[in-house]
Amino acid sequence: MDTMGAVAPIEIAQAREAPLSASDREAVFETRGLTVSYGKAPAVSNVDLPIYRNLVTAIIGPSGCGKSTFLRSLNRMNDLIPSAKVDGEVLYHGQNIYGDGVDPVEVRRRIGMVFQKPNPFPKSIYDNVAWGLRVLGMKDDLDGRVERALTQAALWDEVKNRLKKGAFGLSGGQQQRLCLARAIAVEPDVVLLDEPASALDPIATTKIEDLMHELKNEYTLVIVTHNMQQAARVADMTAFFTLERTESGGHGVLVEYDETPKIFTQPDDKRTEGYVTGRFG
Amino acid sequence: MSARVNAITSTPALRARRRLGDRFGDVFLHGLTGAAAAAAGALLVAIAWKIFDIAHPAISKYGFAFVTRQGWDAIHSRFGALDLIWGTLLTSFLALLIATPVSIAIGLYLSELAPRGARTVIASLVELLAAIPSVVLGLWGILVLGPFVGQDLGPWLHRHLGFIPLFDGTPQNAGILVAVLVLTIMIVPITSSICRELFLGVPTELEEGALALGATRWEMVRGVILPYTRTGVGAAVILGFGRAVGEAIAVTQVIGAGYGIHWSLFATGDTLASKLAEQYQSATTKIQTASLVYLAAILLVISLLVNLLAQVIVRRFSHQRTGGS
Amino acid sequence: MAVDAARFSLTPSPRTRRRKLINVLMQALATLAALAAVAVLALVIGSVAQRGASALSWDFFTKTAVTFGQSGGGVANALVGSLVIVALATAMAVPVGILIALYVSEFAPPRIADLSRLVLDVLNGLPSIIIGIFVFGLLVIGSGQAAWKGSFALAIIMLPLIARATQEVLALVPSSLREGALALGASRWRTVLGVVLPTSLGGILTGTVLAIARAAGETAPLLFTTSIAANAVTWDPRQPVLSIPYDIFILSESADPADHARAWALGFVLISFVLVTSLTARLLLVRYRKKLEG
Repeated sequence: MDTMGAVAPIEIAQAREAPLSASDREAVFETRGLTVSYGKAPAVSNVDLPIYRNLVTAIIGPSGCGKSTFLRSLNRMNDLIPSAKVDGEVLYHGQNIYGDGVDPVEVRRRIGMVFQKPNPFPKSIYDNVAWGLRVLGMKDDLDGRVERALTQAALWDEVKNRLKKGAFGLSGGQQQRLCLARAIAVEPDVVLLDEPASALDPIATTKIEDLMHELKNEYTLVIVTHNMQQAARVADMTAFFTLERTESGGHGVLVEYDETPKIFTQPDDKRTEGYVTGRFG
Repeated sequence: MSARVNAITSTPALRARRRLGDRFGDVFLHGLTGAAAAAAGALLVAIAWKIFDIAHPAISKYGFAFVTRQGWDAIHSRFGALDLIWGTLLTSFLALLIATPVSIAIGLYLSELAPRGARTVIASLVELLAAIPSVVLGLWGILVLGPFVGQDLGPWLHRHLGFIPLFDGTPQNAGILVAVLVLTIMIVPITSSICRELFLGVPTELEEGALALGATRWEMVRGVILPYTRTGVGAAVILGFGRAVGEAIAVTQVIGAGYGIHWSLFATGDTLASKLAEQYQSATTKIQTASLVYLAAILLVISLLVNLLAQVIVRRFSHQRTGGS
Repeated sequence: MAVDAARFSLTPSPRTRRRKLINVLMQALATLAALAAVAVLALVIGSVAQRGASALSWDFFTKTAVTFGQSGGGVANALVGSLVIVALATAMAVPVGILIALYVSEFAPPRIADLSRLVLDVLNGLPSIIIGIFVFGLLVIGSGQAAWKGSFALAIIMLPLIARATQEVLALVPSSLREGALALGASRWRTVLGVVLPTSLGGILTGTVLAIARAAGETAPLLFTTSIAANAVTWDPRQPVLSIPYDIFILSESADPADHARAWALGFVLISFVLVTSLTARLLLVRYRKKLEG
């Protein structure tokens, strides 16, 4: 992929609907002064970022800029790290997901996640998808739901004859699509993708990217990627984070957030421009 | 050291001698350590051979019928192992029945729930339970636990669950139930520490994958952690069984040296190992000694099978995990 | 823009509440199980300490048992006996255990190393009473009991423990250390004895101490090998001697409450020794591992 990128200019998704004007967009998330720290050191600091419904939002930036930390704060996965501390607000349809009375289990049930490394459960392909449904009590028409999810993840045709076989027998790309199917089977509102293609080969990567175009009709997608071409190909909106060096180390900050073509062709900020051009210049 | 090396290598004659010395040293150490390892293997074979050798008179006289016969009559030299096999299996299985869920629960607590600071402390305390010598546990069993079972726990169980054959009969201070409880205490630290290691080995990605779907911690445990570690937990349980089957001293102290095949936990009984420990000195005839050691041979076969099975599972499991993903 | 309140609600639904209740229940059960294990430990140690400590006296440590019905007397012969048996067993098991570990981690081809580990694990899993009978058949039949024969049986129990512990610390020795020594021109055996072994000494020591703690409490192997002993203190390993665990075993089966008191006191001595040694060894091992792993 990277060698291709060195010669080809960044290609921006063509079949993009006319961008909605800001007032028409419905924000699913709005972070307000969001700071996530591990121990005393902030990993990402003071982020104000709206994320819009039925769009693909990409988060790009150099490593260590807190992209993944930011993403994981959107469905409270950071709760699992004992030293992690969240300040500021993450409004989800207007409610702070860190507010009183909010249940992380409910949060994650509505805001699904696909991880960097494919992580299928040690179960059959069918049970990988059905497990979440059973746990959440969506047991009516289980077979139909499993089939729909696998179809949406473009995996059905490849696995329909071996649904009872173990998931570990699938290729890396198939495993990742299985994880995607598992996430969308429970009908979330948002799907967060943390570098979902970084462990995959180019063909598998293309499949995942194509899927994102399909899935955004039904879900709101947020993807963290270190691959700028990927962001340019799949995202409607792109947020650029960078690492701000301080005396005590450094922490991630949001530099610029706009429609993807603008970020890649006419960024407002010099740092964004340096990043999107520098690597390929 | 390098200065010495330089000094030595400065003359060709010394260098040659040194090389010869080194070659001899290498061969010698390799041979010596190899011999020690071979001796351990030979020891295992010798143990099996010796046990069957001493038991031989009884094996040739009674044959396999010994295993299926009841009763231990020294006066008429009529010996059978069935009572003892029953006692061994009953006590070990029941101890496992209690110890397995408790060990899994402790393993889960130590790997998933315990506050980070307290984790190692509590884990060490649980493992210390395994360090208590069995004879001391037996002493406690006969003088503290026994009276409690005989006067409090036993009557209570009999009153409320007496319709189950296990709780039929009259509770006493010594008997199967006390043995089961003592064995449980001996198994739990072993199996729970293996469980803890297994649960800690579950990849974080898998746990996160489950939680990200909106599962609770318990649902994650049931849906991901337990299926992932199933085989290893099975091996841990088998190892615990091996430990329970072979325990002689503590069981001898608390089981009450009874006869027959009963379901009642309040009855006294005996196991293969406890019979050996009780009768070792009173054996007067050669055939009686041989019959006792025949029991040891049965115990040896059970314990070898159980251990090999557990080790094979553990080894295959760890290969699978390191080679799998 | 109307927000579908139910669809996006983040407060727990009744179903989620039920699931969370089960979750809390299960967490409570797991915590309870761990607490129960710790409670049993405290209960056993507590009973032994409470009943045993009061019976301790100077005479207890320095005198031998008195005949039935008389008061006073001590267990000096059992203490000395245990000391002799365990010391001798350690002397037998440590060198062989270390050699086996060296072979497994430094010399053996992978398959043989696997087999050796399997042998050690199976040996470790054998019931100790089987080992007692083995030594009985090998050394006692025909020539009688002796302390050193008990030591031999205990050494068989200690051997896999020491070999496995040593082999685990040898595996932690960084290969850069080995390569460094070999690169200096040192031969294999010099590297092993001069660099690898000294580096792992701390781990070997703690492994040995744990094995001693285990052996000191073993009763079954001594039943057949050194149990019929004179009521006198002897340091001679060729004589059969009494030992602490065997004495507890016999006293616990007695009907005389005075014997029970002695059993508790001996139990207290034994459990103190075992707990203190294994606890220290564990702490040392943790520190040593941290040092090695850096």
